[in-house]
Amino acid sequence: MTLPALGWQGLVVLVVFGVSLLIATYSTYAERVIAAFLQDRVGPDRAGPFGLLQPLADAVKLFTKEEFFPAGANRALFVFGPCLAMVTALMSSAVIPFGNVLQFGETSIHLQGIEINVGMLYVFGMVSLGVYGIMIGGWASNNKFSLLGAIRAASQNISYEIAMGLALIAVLMMSGTLSLREITLQQSVAGEWHFWNIAKQPLGFIIFIVCAFAETNRTPFDLPECETELIGGYHTEYSSMKMGLYLFAEYINVFVASAVMSVLYFGGFNFPFQYELRDWLVSSQHLELVTASNIITILGLVGLFAKIFGFIFFFMWVRWTLPRFRYDQLMRLGWTILIPLAIFNILLTGGLITFGVIN
Amino acid sequence: MESLSKRAKVLEKKPMTFAERAYLPAIFQGLTITMRHFFRAATKKQVTIRYPDETRPFSPVFRGLHVLKRDEAGRERCTACGLCAVACPAEAITMVAGERKKGEENLYREEKYAVSYEINMLRCIFCGLCEEACPKAAVYLQADKMAPPRFERDEFIYGKDRLVEPVTPDNRSKRGIQLTPEQADKLRSQLA
Repeated sequence: MTLPALGWQGLVVLVVFGVSLLIATYSTYAERVIAAFLQDRVGPDRAGPFGLLQPLADAVKLFTKEEFFPAGANRALFVFGPCLAMVTALMSSAVIPFGNVLQFGETSIHLQGIEINVGMLYVFGMVSLGVYGIMIGGWASNNKFSLLGAIRAASQNISYEIAMGLALIAVLMMSGTLSLREITLQQSVAGEWHFWNIAKQPLGFIIFIVCAFAETNRTPFDLPECETELIGGYHTEYSSMKMGLYLFAEYINVFVASAVMSVLYFGGFNFPFQYELRDWLVSSQHLELVTASNIITILGLVGLFAKIFGFIFFFMWVRWTLPRFRYDQLMRLGWTILIPLAIFNILLTGGLITFGVIN
Repeated sequence: MESLSKRAKVLEKKPMTFAERAYLPAIFQGLTITMRHFFRAATKKQVTIRYPDETRPFSPVFRGLHVLKRDEAGRERCTACGLCAVACPAEAITMVAGERKKGEENLYREEKYAVSYEINMLRCIFCGLCEEACPKAAVYLQADKMAPPRFERDEFIYGKDRLVEPVTPDNRSKRGIQLTPEQADKLRSQLA
């Protein structure tokens, strides 16, 4: 990789970082507005036009709140917990392929933080590390409710990671690669009628999205912070921006989960008839192939974000529709339903591949 | 036990069907319900009244803060007869009567007038009996003003400085809600 290309890639990394933070910021606003609309309310509309400056006001509020350390808390770990949750959440967005390649003369920019051939495993690893942030924070608070929330978070994440991983294996059996970019590119082939993975893996997608809800600690699986039983769960004792980091980490996780689902099952940055559009641009509009490809890339980027926002909306929609699962229901669903279902899905996929129904 | 009415329903606990156990149809049903509400909130006018900017219109028969009226010439109508104080079930009204001096004819309508006239808004139950008792049409409960909250008890004792109608109506406090004629008509027609 040449030096200017490396510089461009560094810029992309920074942009991905910034976009993750921005989306997390405005997720808090979107959550409140969507919650309000779903409940026939108005929602925040005071700060700025349509309340769009509300996240800024919230940030100012969080920064100026008192930094509170509970008695008997392990101070170092108490600070380390939210930091770890935030860092892992931000790191997992690095491998998401947000777009194809942009060509500017000699330099080609991949709209992706970093391309590694074990991208999906990397995301899984980061998500698994994220639970340590919650565990450490909950344990360091020296509060039994926090500890209970932390334990719940740990057991829930471990339980649902299995089903999630098994659902993913079915996708990997078809793609034969762990690279998210490769998986995306395979979902659209020039010149032939090609379906996204959702058409081949409907069962796997349902398992995956249910597990994604559990992994991101969102309702109906927000047991770690369920306020009716555990006050605030693992962040009971947190205040100020440490609290803010936990909330932010959750929204970044939602963003990453939405992005991963878009990439794995909904074609990533592909959109229907993209090659036809490119050929039309070249033949009828007399654009160069490079320019036409760049236009397609930009449109694909917009398309991927549309998919991601759709999923984020779905996360919020479900949150304000469904009540919370009971803990034993959660565990029963995870271990006795989702995992057998995921294994069945693997067998089904294997059979279909063997008999050549899907590839 | 024999049931007294025929309303009691016998519930039998049936095992759930596969669709019920699969959760997903029920979840889908719930999601459609909330989505209906989402679009209703996004498109139709919301019922929420954004309080400091908007206020709910008062009823035309609302009995609010008292006012001591002036006549057409701008003279105080009250003659300190004390009937309002007698009528008051909460004993919220006190007054001191005085005799009008020469040269004060443009200030007070009658020969006797209220030197001080106090209503304790914490005692007042806003029943409007003072208004009914008044033979001089001097005291009224306004339909568009309320006694605002205050920090000290003695601030709730309204003297003549706050009760007597200002000479120029424009000086009136804008606190409270002014009904537009259309709003008032609409409310009246609803009440009729």
